[in-house]
Order: sequence, then structure tokens, then C-alpha cells
Amino acid sequence: MNVELKNINKHFGAVHANKGINLNIPTGTIQGILGENGAGKSTLMKILSGFIQPDPGSEIILDGKPVVIHSPADAIKYGIGMLHQDPLDFPPMKLLDNFLLGLSGGLFPNRKETAQDFNLLAREYGFSFDPESYVDSLTVGERQQLEIMRLLFLGARVFILDEPTTGISAGQKEKLFATLKKFPEQAMTVIFVSHKLEDVENLCDRVAVLRGGGLVGETKPPYVTSNLVEMMFGKAITLGARQPAEAGEVTISMKNVSLEDVRMKIKNVSLDIHAGEVIGLAGMEGSGQDLFIRACAGLMRTVGGRIHLQGQDLTGKSYHTFKHAGVNFLPAARLEEGLVLGLSLTDHFVLAEEPKGLFIDRAAGQKLAEDRIQSFNIRGKPDSTVESLSGGNQQRAELALLQTPLSLILLEHPTRGLDIESVIYIWSKLKGRCKTDGAAIVFISSDLEEVLQYSDRVLVFFNGMVSAPLDAGKTTVEELGQLIGGKGWADKGEAHD
Amino acid sequence: MSQETILIGLAGVLASASPLIFAVIGETLSERAGVINLSMNGTILLSAMGGFAVAYNTENIVLGFLAGMLIGALVALIVAFASITLQQSQVAVGFVLALTCRDLAYFLGNDYMGVPGPRLQAMPIPVLGDIPVLGPLFFRHDVITYISFIAIFFAWLWIFRTRPGLMLQGIGEKPAAAYIRGANVNLMRYVYTIVGGALIGLAGPAFSLAIRAGWMGTISGLDGFGWIALSITIFGGWNPVRGAFGAYLFAFLQWLGLVLQPVLTQVPSQVLQVAPFPLMILTLLLVNIGNAEWVERTLAAMPESARKIFAKMLRAMRTSPPAALGVPFERD
Repeated sequence: MNVELKNINKHFGAVHANKGINLNIPTGTIQGILGENGAGKSTLMKILSGFIQPDPGSEIILDGKPVVIHSPADAIKYGIGMLHQDPLDFPPMKLLDNFLLGLSGGLFPNRKETAQDFNLLAREYGFSFDPESYVDSLTVGERQQLEIMRLLFLGARVFILDEPTTGISAGQKEKLFATLKKFPEQAMTVIFVSHKLEDVENLCDRVAVLRGGGLVGETKPPYVTSNLVEMMFGKAITLGARQPAEAGEVTISMKNVSLEDVRMKIKNVSLDIHAGEVIGLAGMEGSGQDLFIRACAGLMRTVGGRIHLQGQDLTGKSYHTFKHAGVNFLPAARLEEGLVLGLSLTDHFVLAEEPKGLFIDRAAGQKLAEDRIQSFNIRGKPDSTVESLSGGNQQRAELALLQTPLSLILLEHPTRGLDIESVIYIWSKLKGRCKTDGAAIVFISSDLEEVLQYSDRVLVFFNGMVSAPLDAGKTTVEELGQLIGGKGWADKGEAHD
Repeated sequence: MSQETILIGLAGVLASASPLIFAVIGETLSERAGVINLSMNGTILLSAMGGFAVAYNTENIVLGFLAGMLIGALVALIVAFASITLQQSQVAVGFVLALTCRDLAYFLGNDYMGVPGPRLQAMPIPVLGDIPVLGPLFFRHDVITYISFIAIFFAWLWIFRTRPGLMLQGIGEKPAAAYIRGANVNLMRYVYTIVGGALIGLAGPAFSLAIRAGWMGTISGLDGFGWIALSITIFGGWNPVRGAFGAYLFAFLQWLGLVLQPVLTQVPSQVLQVAPFPLMILTLLLVNIGNAEWVERTLAAMPESARKIFAKMLRAMRTSPPAALGVPFERD
């Protein structure tokens, strides 16, 4: 289907979120929409998918016919389906019920017939699903596949995908891309919204870049990354060369550490992490790296072995003892575990300080917040609640909350969902702490390039097995990808004695 | 005790549970859509009084039941308007309504205290009522008890087997996802809250025109049933069939208290009267034990074969609330 957007404008109060955007997307193309957070991508896609209405004078033309889209259900009638960043499905339901929900038909749905349709469609697109299993047993990547199937079944001819590669594994991304690449053959149009240059370059036939609510330009392959970056940010940004650390004294030392929870067992890991060193943990989600990092934080008791922090035996001690010794942990779920919903930035900074007396010194708190906001470049005010900040600014706020002095920083997906400018900023701050405090960093990331770019050594996790530390400077993304998928373990060995 | 006494007693259990069943089903529908109707305890009292007053004045028992449903629907409309349109706290609004409606019932019902009034008569079903055991147990009740049986089945059928019912589950679970699938979330929430409220309102006359005919003000003994119905809804896992089992269990425990009183003379009678409440909570906690983490850990340590059986059993018993319960829906 040919999608033409003509002079799309959208105001939210005084904010001009979309500024006269004109874009023509021919049938059978994979169109990339690139832009940093807040560039207006989401607004544009919400307009096309019927979530919000554009200002008068804006036009959406499908296959030459102007249309007005009142709601998402309306959009799907026109053949426009959207895959949301957090899949809009029903976790406690069976796959079949989730699939059935919203399909039209009589009062009593024919479950048997629908199950057949479901299985047929799954086979056609090479997905394997049991319609009687539950949605909450699937990974995010599988839930995306499920949504794609549902949209196909509803007759979608245009697929809008909003940041679909956030939170899924490398393997699932490959599968997603393979599926999407088949769509143009069937005269379907794909609109791929992302801030990840690499994904857009790999997948898209053409790219439109948005910045500050307006369309900056369109390009076709071959893409020049530096040009795309310049279009996105209005200036050139470079990653810079890898900066290997000068390893200092041993910060944390693990001897024959064994861990287990309901699903997973990790046995006999021995490892010394030095001051100033950055260790990346790679692996499919739930391969044991989450247990490992929680053991480093004192949130998980070891089943065997000993953990020493700067020579002090902390085995079996509580999180608070670890924290007192300078260990800070930033979990993946920023809003659920890291920050307190409803509290302002000032409240957060005041809370993180050592309490002085019973009452809060408002003036001092305000001053502290202003200083931190400035030095961490947070876009927000002292009395902004944390949930009103964008993801990148929430992460900066978390960094501003790290205590001083620090011995060890533990991070789970520190840059997930952030644009490249924020990523670079956050890592520069983190590396700064390595230099000033001599802190070591251990971080989990599903972005292999990030792991290799910023780590000194990498541990790969696979099904509870832990590799020997790999030198990040001598490892390639391909090697890492294979290990994560369980290949080539024989010669890498494990971090056992 | 003779077999006949036991049969009549058990039949009485089935009948006396009918108000609870209406209330539980009504609350289940409302909460499945994402709206907690916390006013239930007050609604039941007010509709019991109102239903009785209307039936007494019009000498029409059907109008009495309809009046009860109307009162329930109106109270639910207030809950719906405050929580859906004004986006206020459902708990605060419901709680205040629970207290207000209760006091309103006592105040407005003064004139009807102890007045003899109409009462629904038993209506044995011809042939079926003569079947031994099953006949006296199921087929010699009044109409409202028959309706309670049917209501359990239809509520279950609606929620779990029809398309609109599936959408209802979706609206309470993740309204945004239901919305993209074409649901008018807020309209549906209004509809289910009001229909649920009407069912809750049916519980009142089911007391005052049938089970415990008449209006006795504060000594009617109806205060508290709404709260019990609320907990049965929760422990019943928002499933009408499981909820009905809870209601029957509660009625059974109450009957047991009455039966045991002459036997267990050394136990104070108050203990037997109150016992059903904590016993109920205990039972329901046991049913939902699969939700606890220590159970999961114990399971993990079991041998493979035993674990599979237990895990399956626990999964079947396990419940979780509609994820968007009490959360207003905004189109982005």
C-alpha cells in the first residue's frame, strides 16, 4: 500500500510536535524513520495509526485516497497495523484467546477453527507457537511475532514498528528482520521507527530523519553513518576509540562462587575484578548474568564459595553491607526498582544523602538538586517528578544518585532505549567514575557492540555456564554472538578452577 | 440427625447463599472491567430496605426486586462517574458510599422496622422436584434461588466463552490493548459497572423479600455480607464458578455453626456464629497458596514426577487480579 503524508502538523498545547511533515512511502518499501528521543517520530506514527488526530489541514493519503483515521481500530480497517514497543497483548491469557480477542464474528467464537487459522499462519511465517500455552510464558521477541501474526490475520498491509529491537535478543532481531524483509514481495509496506542507526542501515530501503518535530531529510543506501548522525543531532558525534583501563588493585574477588535460584544454577566461578576495570556480561536474557550481578550486589546469597571486596570477606552479607563498602547497583527497571515514582528529583537527591537530623533541609536539597541537574545535564527541574523525565534523563538522574566514594558500579542494561547521544554521555560519566574513584564496573547489556566498545573484559553466559574472561579488544561481535548462542564453548572454557 | 434434616439443611444452604452469589457475580463483572465497586456492603443494605419498602407499598414483589436492582445500578453509576469520568480514587469513593448507603438504609427504613411484608414463596418444579435427594436439594426453591443457579452459569459463559466476554477480560487486563482491538473502553466500563451494580442490588431484596424476609434495621444482620462478598470475589479469582463455591462454603459454615450449637454446649455460641468468617479466610488462603514464593521453592526441590502434578494443581488454583483494576484509562 502506498502511504502519503501531506503537511502533517500536530500541536500539544504550545509544543509543535510535528511540523509540516511531507513523506511519501511507496508500496513495497521498508521505510526507516530515524530520530533521537523527542524528535517527533512517535507523534507521527500515532497519527498514522489513529491514536491521535493531527491538526486540521494535515492529510493522510492511502493508495491515492485521502482518509481520516479516527482510532487504531479504524486504522486496521484501512490496513494499517502498528507493533508497539511494549507489545499490547494480554500476558495472563492463552495465545489463542489473545489472538481471538478483537476479531469480529458471532457471540460464540469458533475456537477450533481459529486455532487452525492460527497454526496455518504460524507455519506460513515460520513461527512456532502452541495456541493453548500462555502469553506470559513467551519472550518479548516472541510476543512481537505473535502481534505480527495477529495484524497479518486482520489484513494489515502497512506495518508500523516502534523501536522493535529494544529488549529482544540478537537472534530474535535477526528473525524479525528476516520476516520483515519478506513483506515487500507481498506488496506490503513497512515503517520502521528507531533511533538505532545500525538497525535502520541493515534493514531499510530508505530512511527519513526527523529532528525537533520536522523532517530533516531522506536518504537511500548506501548509508553514510556520519551523515545520518549529523542529520539526527544537527552535529557530528563520534564514539571515540576504545579506552582500555589501567587495572589497579583487586576490587572484588570471587572464589569458587556458586549461585542458584529456581531456574538456574551457576557453579564455581572464580574471578578477580580490578579497580578501574569494566567487565561486560553478555548472554541471552536469563542465562545467569542476572544472578551473577545480584550476587556482586549482595542481593543474592551464594550457595558456595567466597566473595571478598577490597580484601574484606563479604560472603553472605546483606545488600546494605555491600552498599556501605561502596557497591552501587542500578537495575534494568529504572522506574520500578531504581527510582521512586511520584517523588521529585530533589526528593531523590535528599533521600540518597546521609540523613542529618529528623527534618529535611528544603533549601539545601534544592541547591543540591540544581547542582546535580547542571553537572549531569539532566533536562528537568528540581521539582520534576522522575516519571515526567524521558528515559535518558531518568538514567542521568540515576547516575547522579551514585554515592561517593565508590568501589564497584553494577549496571543492568544501562543504555537500553536511549539515543546515541545519551549513551555516549552516560558512558563518559561512568568511565569518569572509574578514573576519579578507581571504581570497577560490571554491566549487563544485550547490545554486543556496546559490550565490546566499553568493556575491558567480557564474560559470556550461556545456560548457567560462564566463559573465561575474554579480552574485549581481541573479540569480535561475531565471536560473541556465537558464544551467546551456545557455539564454540569447547575452546573458550569456563571461569572454573 | 435424620437424612431428611440434613437434606433440608443443605437445600437451605443453597438458598441462603443466593444473595451472596448475586453480589459476587456483580462485583466480578465490575472488577473484570477494571472498576472496584467498594460500595457493595452499603448497596446491599440500601437495596434490601428499598426493595422491601417498594414491595410493601405496591404489594408487588417483582417491583421490589426491580427497585433493588435500580438502587444498585444508581450507586454503581456514582462509582463509575467518579472513577471513570472524574478519575478519582475508586477506593475512596466506594468506601464513602458503603458507609453512606448503610446509614441511609437505617435512616430511611425506620418506618418499615418489623413490619410484616411480602415474601417470595417456594416454587417446586413439578417432575424434577420429586427426584429423590436431588429434588429437595435443587428443585424446591423459590424463583430467586433458581435465578442464582442460572446466573452462575451465564456469568461464566459470558466471561469465558463469548467474544464480548473476552473483550471484557481484555479491558480489565490491559485497556490500551483492548482499545487498539476496537473496544470503547470507558463506555464498556460504565456498562459493566452498572450491570454489576444492578446484580449487587439484587442481593438486597434476595435477603429482605426471601431469605430473611422483612426489614429489621440494624438488627437485620445483613451488615458485613457485602465485605464477605468482596473477599469471596477476590479469592474466587474473578471467576463466577469459583466465587459461587466460596459463597456456598460460607453459607455451609454458617449452617454448621447453627447445627453444632446444641451439640457443642461448652463452646460459647458467639464463637460458632463468628467462626465462618475466619474459617472462610483460611480456606481461601489455602486455595491461593500457589501464589506464595516459598511454595514455588518447595516445589523446585521436589522430585520431577511429584513436582509436575503439584505444579499443575497449583497453576489451576492460582489467580491474579485484572492487571488494570482500579486504574483509569486514558487514550494515551
